[in-house]
Amino acid sequence: MSGLERRAAMATLLADRKDDLLVIPGLGSTCWDLAAAGDNDRNFYLWGAMGGAAMIGLGLALAQPDKRVLVVTGDGEMLMGMGALATIGIKQPQNLAVVVFDNGHYGETGMQPSHTHKGGVDLLGVARSCGIATCLDVADEAALADLAARLKELSGPLFARLAIAIADPPRVLPERDGTVLKARFRAAIGV
Amino acid sequence: MNAPTATVDWPEKLYGTLKRAGIRQVGYVPDAGHARLIDRCRADPDIHDVVLTTEEEGVALAAGAWLGGQRAVLLMQSSGVGNCINMLSLARSCRFPLLMMITMRGEWEEFNPWQEPMGSIVDPVLRLSEAEIYRATKPEEVEGLAERAVQHVFGDERIAALLLSQQLIGKKVWTK
Repeated sequence: MSGLERRAAMATLLADRKDDLLVIPGLGSTCWDLAAAGDNDRNFYLWGAMGGAAMIGLGLALAQPDKRVLVVTGDGEMLMGMGALATIGIKQPQNLAVVVFDNGHYGETGMQPSHTHKGGVDLLGVARSCGIATCLDVADEAALADLAARLKELSGPLFARLAIAIADPPRVLPERDGTVLKARFRAAIGV
Repeated sequence: MNAPTATVDWPEKLYGTLKRAGIRQVGYVPDAGHARLIDRCRADPDIHDVVLTTEEEGVALAAGAWLGGQRAVLLMQSSGVGNCINMLSLARSCRFPLLMMITMRGEWEEFNPWQEPMGSIVDPVLRLSEAEIYRATKPEEVEGLAERAVQHVFGDERIAALLLSQQLIGKKVWTK
């Protein structure tokens, strides 16, 4: 099966992470991927709120214009909140990136095919038509390195679709008390 | 002879309350009852006005705003409450402050019966979602209730909804 390995891809995106990078994963696999890359107070892990990751990212990006906000979510989570791409496209936050780990399947529930399976729904096309100017199709290591470099200096909303391999790596579970996650995140950025 | 009673301009009062509360992000699905308040917010350079495709986006927006140290409000019509239910888990699980201002349909002289099913369950659904309810039926009580809702939400990181009764909004005109 082709596609990037999800844990390695997350590690590449977060390599040499600076304090001005705030990360919101979707619930499920991308949340475990983020935790596996190393815990950080500037991660706000989601254990629910399916379809909400990109919008949490937008609210955060608007509130913290001098920081970079990275949402990393799965194809199923993005599909549930696809309207967020329209809202982000209209709002044009300068410091928000939405990266979708797309394996065309719902990994948490038994690998049922999603709408993006076998080229069904093209999330890149959706993001592009919503007015997100920078839309990247990331299918190999070179493109992944390019994305990681672009994330270091955002200027306008960015959307990327990563073609990731179907896999179910061991779960790495982060803190799950939402009040703790909220409080430590806010303390870390000084609000 | 009675002196003419001036009608309280409640949308303007709500805008004043939002400004005093330091609200910086306003999420909304366009709604006739909130039209004037939305216009005021859109014209305010200190407020990010965020038009949403569905109301649940606003619940997530407000959570993100608070993570980043800003206060948000979500404006919607009663039908939008139903669109928010699962996303309210985000506010409940993490105790995110969530201020909602909801214009009611389906109650007073409603012409459209399709507004009634959701309008009739807004109150119990929000209570089950741990929201404090403040209901305004007269123009002069809107501001005071809004101030209390603000205090409840941001003073203690809780959920509150200001319900603006359909009497305040007036009848929707169906024939032109």
